Amino acid sequence: MSVGTPTVYRWELRKLRSQKRTYLGLGAAAFVPIAFAIALAVQRGAPNDVAFGKYLHSTGLALPLVLLLFGAVWMFPLITALVAGDIVAAEDHNGTLKTILTRSTEREQIFAAKLMAAATYAIAAIALSGVTAIAAGSAVSGMHALTSLSGTHISVARGLLLVALSLVVYSVPILAFTAIGVLLSTVFRNSAAAVVGTLMSSLLLQLLTIIPGLSGLTPYLLSTQFNAWQGLLRQPIDWAPIVRAVWVCALYAVPAVIAALLVFLRRDVDGG
Amino acid sequence: MSAETPVEVRGLVKRYDGLVAVDRVDLTVDPGDVFGYLGPNGAGKTTSLRMMLGLITPDEGTVRVFGRDPQASVDALEGVAGFVEAPRFYPYLNARTNLELCAALDGLGAGRREIDEVLDTVELRDRARDRVGGFSHGMRQRLGIAGALLRRPRLLVLDEPATGLDPGGMRDMRQLIRNLAATGMTVLLSSHLLAEVEELCNRVAIVRRGRVVYEGTLADLRATAGTRYRLRTTDDSRAQAVCQAQPGIESPTLTAGLGISFQAASERAVAELSMALTEAGALIIEMAATHASLEDLFFALTEGAAGEGAAGERATGGGPSTSDVAVAP
Repeated sequence: MSVGTPTVYRWELRKLRSQKRTYLGLGAAAFVPIAFAIALAVQRGAPNDVAFGKYLHSTGLALPLVLLLFGAVWMFPLITALVAGDIVAAEDHNGTLKTILTRSTEREQIFAAKLMAAATYAIAAIALSGVTAIAAGSAVSGMHALTSLSGTHISVARGLLLVALSLVVYSVPILAFTAIGVLLSTVFRNSAAAVVGTLMSSLLLQLLTIIPGLSGLTPYLLSTQFNAWQGLLRQPIDWAPIVRAVWVCALYAVPAVIAALLVFLRRDVDGG
Repeated sequence: MSAETPVEVRGLVKRYDGLVAVDRVDLTVDPGDVFGYLGPNGAGKTTSLRMMLGLITPDEGTVRVFGRDPQASVDALEGVAGFVEAPRFYPYLNARTNLELCAALDGLGAGRREIDEVLDTVELRDRARDRVGGFSHGMRQRLGIAGALLRRPRLLVLDEPATGLDPGGMRDMRQLIRNLAATGMTVLLSSHLLAEVEELCNRVAIVRRGRVVYEGTLADLRATAGTRYRLRTTDDSRAQAVCQAQPGIESPTLTAGLGISFQAASERAVAELSMALTEAGALIIEMAATHASLEDLFFALTEGAAGEGAAGERATGGGPSTSDVAVAP
């Protein structure tokens, strides 16, 4: 009477689809680029000091990229943490962990399904944000060619491809945050503490970069990996930061997942 | 450890921060039993049940359900269903969806028809489309039973199933349990209510501060108490002295206004006592046998001095240590 993990995963997604929290996160992911585009439409100014800021008025392709820069500090980590920090703790809160653990599913399966569901949601949020940003950006500024960070011309088709790839590269550190969120959710057994804890870990990592003497650590901080996608927008493409993002993020995510799994497997389910 | 024995627990221990919640508990539930796990709140009943369902890890001892270890794999729970404390469901999903989720995680292929059936059994069919978040305590208890029945259990584990229900709900819940037991299902139910256990169960384990102080039938427990006699005479203080001197008369106690209460080794000793009283000039007004109530026995085991002193002793039906059980005068 074994149940496949895909079944458990589908039910985890079903739970997410039935919770307000999910729509709060996805709503924010869609709303922020729209608000950004509206602000652009009503004023001529633009954040010229950030990469692609000065192209915001010339092409819609710039908006998703500027959004990735702004979103790295707290927006995307918060949207990610909202679900990742809740996905185990909510079961503690509702007392439902004992309900699902006394059926025919092993704890490993429940954990794997939850981790995958939280990751699915995070990727969906980024994708939704990117698509909305392209749509809202081109509604305001039109769909025109983009200028790369190396100053070269990028056609609209190639620009769209590069924006899509940037979103993919951007999801790598987001998935690491998902792992941290699930770990805190498992350990704290409290949704609010886990969400805030995940967000705090993001902010603290950002703070480390401004401490004198620690600048050597910068390439290995999780927050730095949010900039890896910029390698795609150089001519030729600079793969080094992207490769580094993958292994640095794995250094954060893999221990977090293992620790969370061990805690989840061994813990006494004595609440609720 | 037999694969036919629904529950076999040996030497089970669970400690929390130095406090022993479950203290060397042995328990055997046989097929077809409606087994009452009886004790005051905080006696460690729920903790024991959690270990039987594999939710928490024992510090010592073994649990076997149908011969398998629930700590090792969830496969051990095949044929086992139930809940500890209150049953919990996803408040944002409706009753039917919650049951669908349970059925999916069971992998038994229970479909719409089975879900309708169990909803009918607990009389929740008309509320199936309502979110569980808006359910009353009693409806959640019933949904908990429905969720358990979906697993087609051979052993049903219920933790205080009637607690918190209104009198009508309690009656319905007990009727439901009786109906399920009548189908041959083994039921292990915990309760702090003696009357509930007396009504439903053929065997009980009485637990006090984490330890089983009695295991057997309630009839055997009642039989161990012996018969007490109530005595009123024209001169109770003289009668008290006679009782104390009379062979075969035990623990006479005099309560002002109520007369004397004593235990007798035999009916012959009682007859001889009546002669002695008459000779001593304490004329009998009333002498009657009274049976100890089960409640007295239960309290004596779970909170009285005998329970305290004999906490280390394990009382068994008809065994010698239950003769220590004092009935409160």
